[in-house]
Amino acid sequence: MVNKQLKRLYTFLIFLFLYAPIIILMIFSFNSSKSRGVWTGFTFKWYIELFKNEEVLTALYYTLLVAVLASIISTIIGTFAAIGIHNMTSFKKRVVLNLNYLPVLNPDIVTAVSLMLLFRFANIDFGFLTMLLAHITFNIPYVILSILPKLKQLNKHLAEAAMDLGATPFYALRKVIIPEIMPGIVTGALIAFTLSIDDFVISFFTTGPQVTNLSITVYSMARRGINPVINALSTLMFLSVLILLIIINKRTSKDVKHRGDFI
Amino acid sequence: MEKNIIIDLKNVYKKYDDLEVLKNINFYIRKNEFLTLLGPSGCGKTTTLRIIGGFEQPTSGEIIFEGKNIINIPPYERPINTVFQKYALFPHMNVFDNIAFGLKIKKLSKKTIEEKVKNILKMVNLSGFENRSIESLSGGQQQRIAIARALVNEPKVLLLDEPLGALDLKLRKEMQMELKNIQKSLGITFIYVTHDQEEALTMSDTIVVMDSGEIQQIGTPVDIYNEPKNAFVAKFIGESNIIEGIIHEDFVVEFENIMFDCVDRGFEKKEEIDVVIRPEDLIIENFEEAKLKGKVISVTFKGVHYEMLIESDNFLWKVHSTTMAPVNSLVGLSVLPENIHVMKKVR
Amino acid sequence: MKLKWTSYPYIVWMAIFIIVPLLLILFFSVTSEDVFRLGEFQFTLDNFKRFMSPIYLKVLGRSITLALQSTAICFLLGYPMAMIISKAEVKKRNAMILLFVVPMWMNFLLRTYAWLTLLGKNGLINYIIKSLGFEPLNLIYNNKAILLGMVYNFLPFMVLPIYSVLIKIDNSLIEAAEDLGASKLEVFTRIILPLSIPGVVSGFTMVFMPAVSTFVISSLLGGGKYMLIGNLVEQQFLWSGDWNFGSAISIVMMIFILISMAIMAKFDEDKKGGSLW
Repeated sequence: MVNKQLKRLYTFLIFLFLYAPIIILMIFSFNSSKSRGVWTGFTFKWYIELFKNEEVLTALYYTLLVAVLASIISTIIGTFAAIGIHNMTSFKKRVVLNLNYLPVLNPDIVTAVSLMLLFRFANIDFGFLTMLLAHITFNIPYVILSILPKLKQLNKHLAEAAMDLGATPFYALRKVIIPEIMPGIVTGALIAFTLSIDDFVISFFTTGPQVTNLSITVYSMARRGINPVINALSTLMFLSVLILLIIINKRTSKDVKHRGDFI
Repeated sequence: MEKNIIIDLKNVYKKYDDLEVLKNINFYIRKNEFLTLLGPSGCGKTTTLRIIGGFEQPTSGEIIFEGKNIINIPPYERPINTVFQKYALFPHMNVFDNIAFGLKIKKLSKKTIEEKVKNILKMVNLSGFENRSIESLSGGQQQRIAIARALVNEPKVLLLDEPLGALDLKLRKEMQMELKNIQKSLGITFIYVTHDQEEALTMSDTIVVMDSGEIQQIGTPVDIYNEPKNAFVAKFIGESNIIEGIIHEDFVVEFENIMFDCVDRGFEKKEEIDVVIRPEDLIIENFEEAKLKGKVISVTFKGVHYEMLIESDNFLWKVHSTTMAPVNSLVGLSVLPENIHVMKKVR
Repeated sequence: MKLKWTSYPYIVWMAIFIIVPLLLILFFSVTSEDVFRLGEFQFTLDNFKRFMSPIYLKVLGRSITLALQSTAICFLLGYPMAMIISKAEVKKRNAMILLFVVPMWMNFLLRTYAWLTLLGKNGLINYIIKSLGFEPLNLIYNNKAILLGMVYNFLPFMVLPIYSVLIKIDNSLIEAAEDLGASKLEVFTRIILPLSIPGVVSGFTMVFMPAVSTFVISSLLGGGKYMLIGNLVEQQFLWSGDWNFGSAISIVMMIFILISMAIMAKFDEDKKGGSLW
């Protein structure tokens, strides 16, 4: 119906639309002047400034710290939760799952302000702890979402077989179930990590003075105007996400070949 | 009470929500016996097995194992092992680790474990398979590893939940023989669940026929085949012709308006009953001289015999015979008295 | 034998961090004054009444309009893209989808910031326009910029679900239709399009929801002049300190989103909608 040339052109335009801003951002991170329009020369100075910028470095520190802690904790809680939910009877399961997906379905600003109210209500000082708790809260549903399908695929008699052979329920969990669902656990952890690194809205509302993350820093810098340091930051972040994504994709395609199902 | 009993199920009753899955199950299992729970899907045989294994709890009733009620003992503390229907082998472990799983929990020495695994692999004819991954195994091989994994723990009782269901016919028949041999040589009690009556007849010392949560009949394969207690058992085991009749007095039964000598007694005079005759017990006779006459409706060659459908006045008889009577021919049928089985009518 | 208890820690967590906060929002929306400070409160619907005034309704209207427009544009641009990718051969289309997903995982703010550089008075686009001899355009700090930002950010969310449903359409259905005499256009309108509805609904949902509740895009690209409902909430909570009113607005947003989801669910009764992974 539509000829190949038209398709190619359309695809090209769309991808151009998607990537042009990012590529231009990256190109101008090497521009020696602050101008967004004129290329004046190649330089690394914005990168150097980036690494000297206190604001950015602190933000990077907190971003990574929160992301690592939140993904580990949410993976642990989420794994146990998924196993428990999987074994529930259908009514309770539906209720719990629907509640679980509330942070996913709710606009993040509502989740953010509701958590803000909670912390105020409990008289907790806003800062690292509140941000961490908030991150864990919105990470867990995604961990559960990654693990539940793996549990469904699991032969339901595996745990019974283990217990039949003398394993206590906990031993069976440790030696049989968790190794089996490990791909789902790892994917869940990676997704949680990526979400945390990227988060803005929820962090914005639940953090306190001194504690900030990269997104918040970018936001405040952007509101002040264009700053090529942000460009440099974007380039680095883009490259790291690209690498992370390739890893995730390699894992899921390995999984596809392994299990023979279709993603 | 027999001293030889290893498991005794007393008044086992199981209800799921509103569904009565097991109603008043009572039977015992002898040591070193090969006992089969036989019945159609949903009859409760698997539930019974799982209750013995400890994976389900009965709503009421007792499971007496060597004199003690084990109802409250979890599966990992019962000296019973199970071979699951889909094998339930641990995919992320190789053959050795699967088999050694139970032994490791018992904290046996490395050397002992290695030896035991080697020996059990030899017994199931899979020597050398220690390092193979589960996915590299064929269905039949996985089957045998599942059996090995259970048996290596030297349980007092082995439970088998339709273990041969996924295998093709030839393999299934080979495995039936192997399982029977293993059971005999190890002297372990086997409790086997299947819906395949032929399998049950081949392998068992005792068969418990179940339907709708109730025991229909318990007996040896020969007893159940030859003397089905009711229409259900008769229909489920082997093929049968079941026709209504009246037993006039001991040893005399009437059906098709004809009197026949039989070997059953103990019924009321002129009681309405069901008569069961196996297709292979009907003999093709000369039309003129026979008591029971009919016309051949269809003939199918089955290799071992011909299967003929013969229509008499009141009934369509299924006959297995090596004598062939062509379609539309008129034939007579006769049957020996000992092959006429009289059963009480169901409800 | 069922390991149900492993979920209990999380259930407690959910109660504290999901249920209680939402209840608090509800509570705040129907009370006045800072409950914590004054220690006393009265139930009132004033907050909601306040929202019903023209200024705020205008904001709601603007948010919905922009969200609908961006959803529509994403659909018009995204559906053909999804079709093109789904028709490519397996290796190529996996690569294409990966390329589509990559920007999605890039930091949301940076993606939006990227347009700041391009659209500004001295930005790249205007630079090109100026060097071609034209007058610079007013590309930023207006409705159109926000719309552009929304489409840019949410386009992959429209393409992915539609794509994942399209590839699941059994090829033999198309062949059967052609065998029965349908033209390419008819195959599309009568077979492909109807079967892709679950994916379309998914895409609509995944674009409309964040679009209607965003405040970052309007904040950065609208220059603070264009308030959307998300900005309103932010303002109430972080600047005005009127948490009661802010909560009321949040409740309105949630109700609104629940309604939209219910409407979307009606279209996807079989729950066949494609998901992100």
